[in-house]
Amino acid sequence: MKVSIFSTCVMDLMFPQVGIAMVEVLERLGIDTDLPEQQVCCGQPTYNSGLVKESMPTIKNQIDAFEHSDYVVGIAGSCSGMFKEYPHMFKEDDPYKQKAIDLANKSYEFTQFLYHVLGVKDVGATFNGEKATYHRSCHMTRILGEREAPFILLNHVEGLEMLPLPHIENCCGFGGTFSVKSPEISEMMVTEKMNDVVSTGAEILISADLGCLMNIAGKFNREGKKIKVMHIAEVLNTNVDLERIDSVTNPVFAKI
Amino acid sequence: MGLSTSTKTFAERLEDSKKDKFAQAAVARAQDTQWEKRESSREELGNWQEWRDIAESIRQHTLKHLPHYLTEFSDNVAARGGHVFFAADAKEANDYVKKIVLEKNAKKIVKSKSMVTTEVDIDPMLVSLSDDMDVLETDLAEFILQVADWDEPSHIVFPALHKNRDQIREIFAAKLGYEGDNDPVNLARCARDTMRKLFLKSEVGITGCNFAIANTGDINLSTNEGNADLTISIPKTQIVLMGMERIVPSIKEAEILDNMLARSAVGQKLTTYVTFAGQKADDESDGPEDFHVVILDNGRSNAIGTEFESILQCIRCGACLNVCPVYRQIGGHAYGSIYPGPIGSVLSPVLGGYEQYGDLPYASTLCGACTETCPVKIPLHELLIAHRRVMEDDLKMHHDGSFVNMEMNAVGMGTGHPAMFGMAMNMAHAGLSMLPKAKEITVEGSLFEYGAVRKAPALAKGWTDVRDLPVAPPHKEQFRQWYKKHKAGK
Ligand code: SF4
Repeated sequence: MKVSIFSTCVMDLMFPQVGIAMVEVLERLGIDTDLPEQQVCCGQPTYNSGLVKESMPTIKNQIDAFEHSDYVVGIAGSCSGMFKEYPHMFKEDDPYKQKAIDLANKSYEFTQFLYHVLGVKDVGATFNGEKATYHRSCHMTRILGEREAPFILLNHVEGLEMLPLPHIENCCGFGGTFSVKSPEISEMMVTEKMNDVVSTGAEILISADLGCLMNIAGKFNREGKKIKVMHIAEVLNTNVDLERIDSVTNPVFAKI
Repeated sequence: MGLSTSTKTFAERLEDSKKDKFAQAAVARAQDTQWEKRESSREELGNWQEWRDIAESIRQHTLKHLPHYLTEFSDNVAARGGHVFFAADAKEANDYVKKIVLEKNAKKIVKSKSMVTTEVDIDPMLVSLSDDMDVLETDLAEFILQVADWDEPSHIVFPALHKNRDQIREIFAAKLGYEGDNDPVNLARCARDTMRKLFLKSEVGITGCNFAIANTGDINLSTNEGNADLTISIPKTQIVLMGMERIVPSIKEAEILDNMLARSAVGQKLTTYVTFAGQKADDESDGPEDFHVVILDNGRSNAIGTEFESILQCIRCGACLNVCPVYRQIGGHAYGSIYPGPIGSVLSPVLGGYEQYGDLPYASTLCGACTETCPVKIPLHELLIAHRRVMEDDLKMHHDGSFVNMEMNAVGMGTGHPAMFGMAMNMAHAGLSMLPKAKEITVEGSLFEYGAVRKAPALAKGWTDVRDLPVAPPHKEQFRQWYKKHKAGK
């Protein structure tokens, strides 16, 4: 059994702490990880820009990189969601078709892997009564179809009060290249999102997608507003109480 | 007006919409109230996802057999003494309507809201036919737009969404001599008084068509004001304009789709009036004695047999507009098409081409809210990517011509190979690390551990126009480096 870390571009280049948090949480649960060297970007920026032909080498490379992994776990719903789109990109007779299906089937976003595959709800994280709110990213909920896992895990963090975010269904205006190609529209969207976060009175903003966090936090910082921003992996790795950690019981997992 | 509602560029329209704070607030409010109404009326139906599957299969089946059902419909209309005309484009549709109106020597025409009549721009043609021509929109919202010198609609279901009560009162006062307050009841009464006078005298009625029923030759209309019923029952001559895809095999399918439509559009089980009408039979007391249906192509067949065919499944409920976070901010007029929002961003380029509507497929974050809500399961956000692919890969339009596309090309090359990816990452990193960094950080947490960039060039310019960019850590502290050390230390 091998859990391969999918080190998404933004994390790779910008936010090592998030990857470290993810590896530490997994190892604490007794999971062994590896980091296939060959992996690159998931191809989403070019694919979504309409450069579909140009994206194919990237996509094939990614399929090859994880060919021998049992599970592929990443820290961004959007990027793991992209893997789920791969199978549609190949014709029936293409040798990559089956490989793409395999990759889609074994790919998970981090919280999804913890809850659905490992069957874990409490990873022992502890706070001191802070109030937080959660930004539900669009690709994670709609493309990947994961609405449940992050909330279950966050509700099991001791001492963290979760406040509901108004208009939780609405996009924050990141949208990958949209944020640089259409900054005017993106600004209107992220401004409303920022105001919604402020209206909750939360001290901490949490999300499972680094792109969205970078967008919303970047707006907060530009406006000089104070808030703490954390990726959910960091939240789940805070002040861990070893006594409380759920054991890994999921039968699917035990079989391997 | 036609399909296009503006001569300005997309960027100019965006500027306008950014300034219009009122419209922004109105759209946001409408979206929020529609959300709740829609969700609860969907729940009542039971398993909404199953209903969507059924609705999708009805629409797909009909599209696959379009010639068959159109022929059946047209035969049935003719068998009852009515007429069907197939119009290839807006001009043919207008010419046909003109011919009928001139034949009847009609001077009083009432219309019930229809997107297709706006699409072919029928109103100016009618008005130009004679000096004493009276053309009246009888849907309240369309009436308001007409009185406001034929203002453009900003939503496909709530066309006057961008106007508030005070504005409407002012318009009525200036144009109709209205002296009352801004109470919607009084405003509606004023509109009704104007309409009633003309209804009774009207010679020709023009409506759209929600669905055409192939096996009976009837048309099906949903309204909440009953104005379509009056438009159909009073004038002796009736002209119906419909897009060629608005057809169903029988009343059974219409019933299902009417349910989906009302719940998605206005959060009601059904609209107040659901009308089925056709050529008046001898033993019937009301209805048109002369019944014409104009079936319009106007670019729709561009989609048949292509990856865009599913856009013709649309039943014009407007739900995708009501969930779209981009529409929420920029409003309908910014799209420059009478079909705004996600449906418009996919449909407008199909009908009117990429030269004019090529900006629209990019005006989306691909958040998928539209796809998730669409009652007939059109994969809207995927079709937006498909449009981008056609423009970039097939037509080499490199649509906005800016450096962004060239850089994206480079990203495509750079990310395709591990070695190049590493190099590209290092270059990006080196580039970013040379930028001046802001010291004041108000956001806590690991995201801004290394400071913030306020002003970046090239690909990141759009980003820093709006918000700060976190500074990346030094190369030796990147994740891959940490991971190597971590594993070695075990
Ligand atoms: S695309 Fe779907 S949601 Fe949008 S108007 Fe058409 S049917 Fe309604």
